[in-house]
Amino acid sequence: MTQHRVHVYGDNVNTDLIFAGKYTYTLRERDEIARRALEDLDPDFVKRVQPGDVIVAGQNWGNGSSREQAVTCLKWNGIRAIIAASFGGLYLRNCINQGVHPIVCPALHTLVQTGDVIEIDDGTIRAAGQTFAIPPLSPSVQAILDAGGLIPMLARRFRSEGG
Amino acid sequence: MGQTFVQKALARAAGVAHANVGDVLDVRADVMFSHDNTAAIIRLFKEIGATRIAYPQRVAITLDHAVPAPTTAHAQNHADIRAWVREQGIEHFYEVGRGICHQVISEEALVLPGETIFGSDSHTTHFGWLGAFGMGVGRTEMAALWATGELWIRVPETLKITLTGRLQPGVMAKDIALKVLRDLRLTGSGYRAVEFDGDTIGTLSLDERPVLPNLMAEFGAMSAYLPPDSLVFDALEAKRTRDYTPIYPDPDAAYDQTHAIDCAALPPQVAFPHQPDNVFDLTDALGQPIDQAFIGTCTGGRYEDLAAAAAVLKGKRIRSRLIVIPASAQVIQQALATGVLATLIEAGAALNTPGCGPCMGNHMGVPAPNEATISTGSRNFRGRMGTPDAPCYLANPYVVAAAAVAGCIVDPREVMA
Ligand code: SF4
Repeated sequence: MTQHRVHVYGDNVNTDLIFAGKYTYTLRERDEIARRALEDLDPDFVKRVQPGDVIVAGQNWGNGSSREQAVTCLKWNGIRAIIAASFGGLYLRNCINQGVHPIVCPALHTLVQTGDVIEIDDGTIRAAGQTFAIPPLSPSVQAILDAGGLIPMLARRFRSEGG
Repeated sequence: MGQTFVQKALARAAGVAHANVGDVLDVRADVMFSHDNTAAIIRLFKEIGATRIAYPQRVAITLDHAVPAPTTAHAQNHADIRAWVREQGIEHFYEVGRGICHQVISEEALVLPGETIFGSDSHTTHFGWLGAFGMGVGRTEMAALWATGELWIRVPETLKITLTGRLQPGVMAKDIALKVLRDLRLTGSGYRAVEFDGDTIGTLSLDERPVLPNLMAEFGAMSAYLPPDSLVFDALEAKRTRDYTPIYPDPDAAYDQTHAIDCAALPPQVAFPHQPDNVFDLTDALGQPIDQAFIGTCTGGRYEDLAAAAAVLKGKRIRSRLIVIPASAQVIQQALATGVLATLIEAGAALNTPGCGPCMGNHMGVPAPNEATISTGSRNFRGRMGTPDAPCYLANPYVVAAAAVAGCIVDPREVMA
């Protein structure tokens, strides 16, 4: 059981609001990318965020472009998991590939506010006096998350194969 | 229960007998490609600790997004990619001027019906024109594909779009695709696969067909599919280097959503700034002033697009500027042979090197603030063409060429009369 502070957002937050397109080719360093997270939606986010925090959002979080920085800008601010009513399809893939747990939970964003603390264990979220089951991922997808993402998973495999 | 195309194609590529919607499969790529973004993928590939691309013969790389290099930084990026191509022994490498990735790979018949192609480009849905499973992937995923030849995929739900009737003269596949976006909006696909079906498809030429699956990227589709016919098979015959088995959906396949478009009744469509689903009938766009017209891109720069523009421009002089960028060197040759190119140049068009040109705002036609562009391309998001406050309209090449003549959006029939 771990405790996490939440940052709460509404429906249809697109990848441009999470990480603006104008930075996609110019910013390369992790801390530069992290500094621009949610710049146009929530300018205080980067001042407030602490490692271990969690994003809680409404429908269709991360719709739009395929840019991976919309996940990594949060990850490099220490965000561990993103809980949303639903996710953009490419965004969900990017989360898993970057080792950030995408959790589908239809109601949570209506029950908590930014700054609240929620509890997460392997299978459940506890928040606002209620308990929500975390939908299980397929074992192969869970393995990517457990490894910290697709690159670290493959890196481990290549090291052990000596290739 | 029968299976959709995507279930069958992913089952084949994963080497399993049956794929259920929701299954997560390790899918083998028949072809994987990248373009000017290859240099960034090389860095990720090295993080994996891999040294050699697992299947270099399945890898294709085109230089197309900013060609010839507009700046020293772009030139260095290209140089890094060329060095990598030599180091890894990648045969399917296409230099500056050969054309746009989707067009070149199609012309070279690198991917075949029923096969699986991944590209680090969102419009990889394009390859549905020949009945392949095409999907855009991120840079991390392309690095993983280079290292292993495989990628994990959740088998998606399928949206079926039925197209009936023959298009009227002056109406093109672009108008059908814009109508889909208009009806179902940008996120309407919910990352489903799209399957097109209906008697309209057989009436569309091979230059027209790719426009439909290509633009489904705008719609957030994972992939899109057209059932291939003998027109497709014949076109691939001269170049293909292996056998293939086309895949068709079962008649009793399960679709979780369907949509239908009456193509015979469809008028030309225009997408207004700043979203490709902000679509109206041409009649509601008449009179909008235009400073620059652009005919090109992977969705609007094939031979028949140029020929459509030439039909409007024959014997005319343009009033706004007109940039023409054929999608490939082969398109230039075809347009040269038939006189289409001469007609465009006589009308005052500026001809540029095959590639993406101003489509994503790199060069060759970046508008000034407040200058309006009308384009045959696929995206008109704010700033897409490099200037945030420059409105961009999307339309078929008849409409784009007519706007270049009139200096505003008009009915092409008026110009041609
Ligand atoms: S022409 Fe435009 S849409 Fe097509 S690949 Fe190039 S940048 Fe992308």
